[in-house]
Amino acid sequence: MEIEENERRVLARFKSDTGEEVGNLVDLPITVTTEQLTSLCNSLLNQEDEPTPFAFFVEEKEIVKTLEGVLDTSNELNAENVVDIVYQRQSIFRVQAVTRCTSSMPGHAEAVISVKFSPDGEKLASGSGDTTVRFWDVVTQTPHHTCKGHKNWVLCIAWSPDSTRLVSGCKNGAILQWDPNTGQQKGQLMKGHTQWITALAWKPYHSDPSSRYFASSSKDGDIRIWDAFLCKCIRILTGHTKSVTALQWGGAGLMYSASQDTTIRVWRADDGVLCRTLKGHAHWVNTLTLNVDYVLKRGSSFDPNVSVDPSNPETVHKAAKDRYDLVVSGSGERLVSGSDDFTLYLWNPEKDSKPIARMTGHQQLVNDVRFSPDTRTLASASFDKSIRLWDGRNGRFITTLRGHVQAVYMISWSADSRLLVSGSADSTLKVWSMKTKKLMHDLPGHQDEVFAVDWSSDGSKVASGGKDKVLKMWQH
Amino acid sequence: MPQNEFIERHRKLYGRKLDYEERKRKREAREPHKRAERARTLRGLKAKIFNKERRNEKIQMKKKIKAHEEKQVKQKHENVKEGALPVYLLDRDVQSNAKVLSNMIKQKRKEKAGKWDVPIPKVRAQGDSEVFKVIKSGKSKRKAWKRMVTKICYVGEGFTRKPPKFERFIRPMGLRFNKAHVTHPELKATFYLPIIGVKKNPSSQMFTSLGVITKGTIIECNVSELGMVTQAGKVVWGKYAQVTNNPENDGCINAVLLV
Repeated sequence: MEIEENERRVLARFKSDTGEEVGNLVDLPITVTTEQLTSLCNSLLNQEDEPTPFAFFVEEKEIVKTLEGVLDTSNELNAENVVDIVYQRQSIFRVQAVTRCTSSMPGHAEAVISVKFSPDGEKLASGSGDTTVRFWDVVTQTPHHTCKGHKNWVLCIAWSPDSTRLVSGCKNGAILQWDPNTGQQKGQLMKGHTQWITALAWKPYHSDPSSRYFASSSKDGDIRIWDAFLCKCIRILTGHTKSVTALQWGGAGLMYSASQDTTIRVWRADDGVLCRTLKGHAHWVNTLTLNVDYVLKRGSSFDPNVSVDPSNPETVHKAAKDRYDLVVSGSGERLVSGSDDFTLYLWNPEKDSKPIARMTGHQQLVNDVRFSPDTRTLASASFDKSIRLWDGRNGRFITTLRGHVQAVYMISWSADSRLLVSGSADSTLKVWSMKTKKLMHDLPGHQDEVFAVDWSSDGSKVASGGKDKVLKMWQH
Repeated sequence: MPQNEFIERHRKLYGRKLDYEERKRKREAREPHKRAERARTLRGLKAKIFNKERRNEKIQMKKKIKAHEEKQVKQKHENVKEGALPVYLLDRDVQSNAKVLSNMIKQKRKEKAGKWDVPIPKVRAQGDSEVFKVIKSGKSKRKAWKRMVTKICYVGEGFTRKPPKFERFIRPMGLRFNKAHVTHPELKATFYLPIIGVKKNPSSQMFTSLGVITKGTIIECNVSELGMVTQAGKVVWGKYAQVTNNPENDGCINAVLLV
C-alpha cells in the first residue's frame, strides 16, 4: 500500500498552447519535475539537439516544481482520466534583470519626455522640453549629438525600422528627420499639422524595407502619412473629431488610431480608406498595442537565436516577413486599447468591429498597455498605482502588481517576456518578475517623476528619463 | 433745427474748403500751446478740474503706448514654456507643482541637532503664569497644586484622563485642536491637515510634553494627502510645520511647512 502511495502515476498528454496534441499518452509519476517534463517534451518534439525551455500548465495553473503541486490530490486520482499538460515555449535566451544605475547623463535643460532605443539596440535617442533631440552613445554612456531644430517641446520620437533615421515631432506640429550617425537634420521640415504631434509610427519593415513611409497623428484630429525621402505629406486621413492619442501601423497594411472621441479607427494604409470604426469605450482612448508590436519594433534586427546574414537585404527582408507571419499565424493581429473609462478592450481589428473581450478592474484611467514579446501576456499601467497582467489571447485577468505609490506612467517588456519594467510618478522604476508575479527590484534614483522608460531590444540596458532632466541608464 | 443733413450733402457734392486740411493741421499744432496757456492761467476750482482731466488723459495715453509696445514684442519671438509634459499628460489638468523633493536625511540630521531653520526664529517666551491658571482644590479650597492650561493644546488620540482627583494639568476640551491650516511655502497653497504631534514648544520642554501650541511651536502634520514622495519613492507621511499665529487668540492654527 505504501509503495503505491509513493508511486502514484497519472496518464498525461502534452498539448501546445494553440491546442495541438503532441505524441501519445504518457504514464507519469506525479512527482515528476519541470526539468524532467522539459526534456521529455523536447524529445517528443524531436528537438533534443536544440532543446528549448518550456513552461507547463495544467488547467491554467502553472507547474512550479512538480506535477503534484497542481493536481487536485484531495480527490481520488482516477486512472482513467487523462491530464492535459499544456506547454508554452519560452525564449531560449534570458534577459538579466537590471539592478543598478550605471550612469546619469545630464544635458537636457528641461524634462526628458521620450526615450527610445533604436531597433538594433545600438543607439539611444531622447526628446526633451528644451526643444532638442539628443543622441547618446550606448556603450560609453556619453552624449553623442545634440540636434537643434525644433521650436517647441519635442513630444515624440520614432526610430525607422532599419535604425538609420529618427523622426521627431514637436508641440508646434512640426516633424523633423535626423541622421543618428552625424546628428544632422535630414531633408526639410515637415509641416502640416496645426496642433501638436501625439504619435509617430513607421511602416513595418517587412512591407517597406527601405523605411520610406511613416505616419503621424496630431491633436488636431488628423493622421498624415509622410514620404520620408521627399519630406512630403502624401495622404491625410481625417475622420476623428477630437485629438488622436495613439497610432499603430500594423503589419497587414492596416493602421489603427485611437482618439479622444472614444473611437478606434482602422484605416487601410495604402489608399487611406476607413475600414472599420471600433466603438466600445465610453471615454477617451489613451493607448493602443498590437500583439505584433515587438516584431515590428525590431524591424531589421533579430533576436540572438536567429541567424540572418545582415549584408544581404533580401534575406533580411524575408526573415522579417517570416517572423511576422509566425506571430500572426496563431490568431492574427490583435489590438488592445486602454481608456479613460478604466477598461481595456481586446479587438480582432482585421475581421471584426466587435470586441473579443472587455477587461475591467482598474480603478483609474489606463495610461499604457503593452503586449509581451511572446504575445501571451498583456500588461496595463494605470493611474491607480497598479499594473495589471492579462492573458494576451482571451483577456482573462492574471494578477495585479502593486508597489508604486503614485500613478504608473509607462511600462516596457524585456525581450524574453520574463521581466517588466515600469516608470512612475513616484520617481522610481520597478522591475517585476513574470515568474513570481512579484516585485523583483526597486530602482530609486530619479529626483522626480519618470516620464519615459525603454528596455533595449538586446535586453542589457534600460534607459529612463523624467522631470528631473536627467537620462539614466540601468544595467545588471 | 436743420431739416436735413445738408452740410454733409454739400460736402459730398462740392468737397471741403480748399485750405481745410492746412487750417486743421495748424489748429492742431497750436493746441498744446493753448493748453499750456490755460494750465498757466487757470486758478481755483477750474484749475483743479482741468488738472484732474489732464491727468486722466495722460494715464490713458501711457496705457495705450504700453499696450502697443507689448503687442510688438509678442510678434517678435514666442518663448518656449517651462515645465514640459509628455503627450499623455498634455490634455490632463496636471498641477504644475514644483514637487518638493523632501530630503529625509537632511531633516533627520536637523532633528538630531534640535535646531531648525524656521520661519519665525525668535518667539516671545511664554511664562508659566501665562499658560497655566492655578486652580484651588480641597474641601476648603486651600490647596493650589492643580493647573489648567489656558492655551491651545494638541492631545494625542489614545489619551485618557487621569482620575480628576490626581490630575495635575487640566487641558480643557474646548481648547483642544487636532487639525491645522498648513501653508506650503513653495506651492503657495494651504491645506487643512491633521496634526500628528507637537515636536517642540520653544518656551519650555514641559509645554512640549503637554502639547501646548503657541506661536512658534513646531508641530508635526500628516501630509500624506499632498502626495509628496521621497527620493526612494516612498510617500512622505509626517512633516514639520511652524505655527505662525497666536492660536489662543484666533481660534485656529495657522502654520507654515518646513521644507
